[in-house]
Amino acid sequence: MNLTLKIWRQKNNADKGDFKEYKISDISKDMSFLEMLDVLNENLSEKGEDPVHFDHDCREGICGMCSLYIDGKPHGPQQTTTCQLHMRSFSDGDVITIEPWRAKPFPVMKDLVVDRSAFDRIIQAGGYVSVNTGGVPDANEIPIPKSIADLAMDAAQCIGCGACVAACKNASAMLFTSAKVSQLALLPQGQVERKIRAEKMVAQMDAEGFGACTNTGACEAECPKGISITNIARMNREYFSAVVSSDTL
Amino acid sequence: MILDSKIPEGPLADKWTKHKFNVKLVNPANKRKYDVIVVGTGLAGASAAASLAELGYNVKAFCFQDSPRRAHSIAAQGGINAAKNYQNDGDSVYRLFYDTIKGGDYRAREGNVYRLAEVSVNIIDQCVAQGVPFAREYGGLLANRSFGGAQVSRTFYAKGQTGQQLLLGAYSALSRQVANGKVKLYPRTEMMDVVMIDGKARGIVTRNLITGAIESHSAHAVLLCTGGYGNVFFLSTNAMGSNVTAAWRAHKKGAFFSNPSFTQIHPTCIPVSGDHQSKLTLMSESLRNDGRVWVPATVETAEKLRKGQITANDIKEEDRDYYLERKYPSFGNLVPRDVASRNAKYVCDEGRGVNETGEAVFLDFRDAIKRDGRNVIEAKYGNLFDMYMQITGDNPYEVPMMIYPAVHYTMGGLWVDYNLMTTIPGLYALGEANFSDHGANRLGASALMQGLADGYFVIPYTIGDYLASNSADRIPVDHPEFKKAEKEVSDRLQKLLSIKGEKTVDYFHKKLGKIMWDYCGMARTEEGLTKAKAMIKELKKEFWTNVNVLGSNEELNLSLEKANRVSDFLELGELMVDDALHRNESCGGHFREEYQTPEGEALRDDENFAYVAAWKYLGEGQEEELHKEPLVFENVKLTQRSYK
Repeated sequence: MNLTLKIWRQKNNADKGDFKEYKISDISKDMSFLEMLDVLNENLSEKGEDPVHFDHDCREGICGMCSLYIDGKPHGPQQTTTCQLHMRSFSDGDVITIEPWRAKPFPVMKDLVVDRSAFDRIIQAGGYVSVNTGGVPDANEIPIPKSIADLAMDAAQCIGCGACVAACKNASAMLFTSAKVSQLALLPQGQVERKIRAEKMVAQMDAEGFGACTNTGACEAECPKGISITNIARMNREYFSAVVSSDTL
Repeated sequence: MILDSKIPEGPLADKWTKHKFNVKLVNPANKRKYDVIVVGTGLAGASAAASLAELGYNVKAFCFQDSPRRAHSIAAQGGINAAKNYQNDGDSVYRLFYDTIKGGDYRAREGNVYRLAEVSVNIIDQCVAQGVPFAREYGGLLANRSFGGAQVSRTFYAKGQTGQQLLLGAYSALSRQVANGKVKLYPRTEMMDVVMIDGKARGIVTRNLITGAIESHSAHAVLLCTGGYGNVFFLSTNAMGSNVTAAWRAHKKGAFFSNPSFTQIHPTCIPVSGDHQSKLTLMSESLRNDGRVWVPATVETAEKLRKGQITANDIKEEDRDYYLERKYPSFGNLVPRDVASRNAKYVCDEGRGVNETGEAVFLDFRDAIKRDGRNVIEAKYGNLFDMYMQITGDNPYEVPMMIYPAVHYTMGGLWVDYNLMTTIPGLYALGEANFSDHGANRLGASALMQGLADGYFVIPYTIGDYLASNSADRIPVDHPEFKKAEKEVSDRLQKLLSIKGEKTVDYFHKKLGKIMWDYCGMARTEEGLTKAKAMIKELKKEFWTNVNVLGSNEELNLSLEKANRVSDFLELGELMVDDALHRNESCGGHFREEYQTPEGEALRDDENFAYVAAWKYLGEGQEEELHKEPLVFENVKLTQRSYK
């Protein structure tokens, strides 16, 4: 395949940034999207030009490090992570536009690399069960219905990539935040801090500058792990019941 | 130097309990006077950082990823072992210990392995308390599956994403301590060197990957939880960023490196598809619970298959060779990884490989789907099947998967004693970064167990023993030793940037990987290893005269990051070859063709090689010095491993 790539290049956070066009040839359909970019970078490096910087690590679709807005969609045309997107999803002669995540709480650091530490701060606000190491009950002491454990697992699969934020026109982090709130609200271990968790995580999400939910479901449609927006409904319920009967009052 | 493993005296089952009582304690009010650096935030690092902060120590945690949640432990799929015996199938701490020692082909320490089995049960309790959503039965209790090298069902799992869920559990505990102000996080920061003052590890020098700033951090102890070095092979199942730099720089400062050639080649990975390939993808070992491994019985049939004249489903039952079931009737498809990998190589070397390159075997679910129905198989392995489909374009519900062995894990690592301390006082190594528990071959679902055992349940006890006997005085980072280390780091980076040669960093990395795979991979010979050593030396020379590293230090610079890591892989590669060359026996994943049984199994030489090789760095261009820690087996009898 021969392709034309329009890639966002930005030297650093202070730079304004712009699209640059690159031609690339002899791309095999079996390559992953990131391997195609590796080829581009190897070509650029051989010519002494600065390679395109993008985040990636496990290349197995689980670490959540890769991002990329490809032809106007987070992680591109398939509902997977960019590292699991393969070139068989494209055709010879295609023009592919590649941008970083666009959201104010995710500032661009260089080219396609953004800073997602806002997500870490949301988890730090309450995305945990406050147990220290040691002194916990036997793992089988509290039976959990399989259906509940499965629902919690569905929510817990979030990889924290930020596609939900990038997909949302309000740059809302509701899907990300609600996935963690749901997981812990569903499980018996999460009950003790259930209310304060919802309050604190929502407050942090707002403080980071993420927008309100649009109710359009773009996040769910683009989530590479298929996290459901029913988690958002659950978080809203958790949050409202928490604020009217807060443990901190 | 006499290597003292500090294994406590007394009966195996009492060692850890006794040791916990005998170690010195730091009283709760004094813990806040001590600072601990944790490098790496995978299972070992995140669990250690969280647990130490909970105890009251001040922790600084470093990772090169943009968030601690992304460390490569996250990619572990199948599960975590624990001797809970919830299945009532005869499991016990002793059996888990025994399976692990045997699986490691008797090249691990009894004391360490027993402790690992002992604390395994606490790990599961801890993770459940954190809200890790393990798979459950309809009655609400935890589910188990089987893994290679064991005849009991003791593996706990969360779909095919066990590593993810365990890491997110540890990350949540870590995040809680960040919020409490007891842990300070340094993401996108790479450790460049250990700083030694008065013979002790007192801090590290780091590079900020965004700004390039070289910075010093002072502490009373340093924990390296930096994972394995499988990426020395270029192609492996490790994440792209996984590297040996932290461990290697510590090695050059005096930490002995043990059994570097002990590499695990995982039998079930998606085969290489072309030169463009950047990494290999693992298909969880759990698939071998239901999948059957086979190749055509004859070379002729395999040739037809490779030419596309027939498909797998055209091959009749009698023309298939389920070679693992045939050769190992009692363990069948669930033999340990080294055995499964080696046998895949044998059948492919015979010309019975099933894909275009001839380097693949089938993993077939046809019979399991027929027996249990598609729904059951989908529930168990759905996400793995989807991943396979995504990468290869084939549908494993209809055609068998194709798999081939790939580099997955490194059993070797920094030498540590029972307290997990390296040969540098105050410098510890946890998880895959150390060498201690898996011998010459790691059993499936044991890496997660070891990472969390070290971080949650070992280091919180053993670190106190060291800190209690050391003063709480802090050393400022303007100390001359810090300044000297910073300058060395900057000079090395400047040197890389100034070469301005003609080849890219990847050119060298790929070349090194090919040498390692061809001569220091699944099968090794004296001749090949000797050749590899010369080739690596030559490549290293070429690297330092002809690599082209672009850009400058003062920016986000992928080319410089990679060059820095590859420069260390080149040095490590040579040591791996030395280690493989000196060990004139076969054991576990280390298979020297000269030493095999008539059936082609690994032939150990317990008389001469029942020891841990620990290598000491002597300086640039010098051969490393071999030290030996004899392995003492008081409880298990060394036998030829048999899975027949």
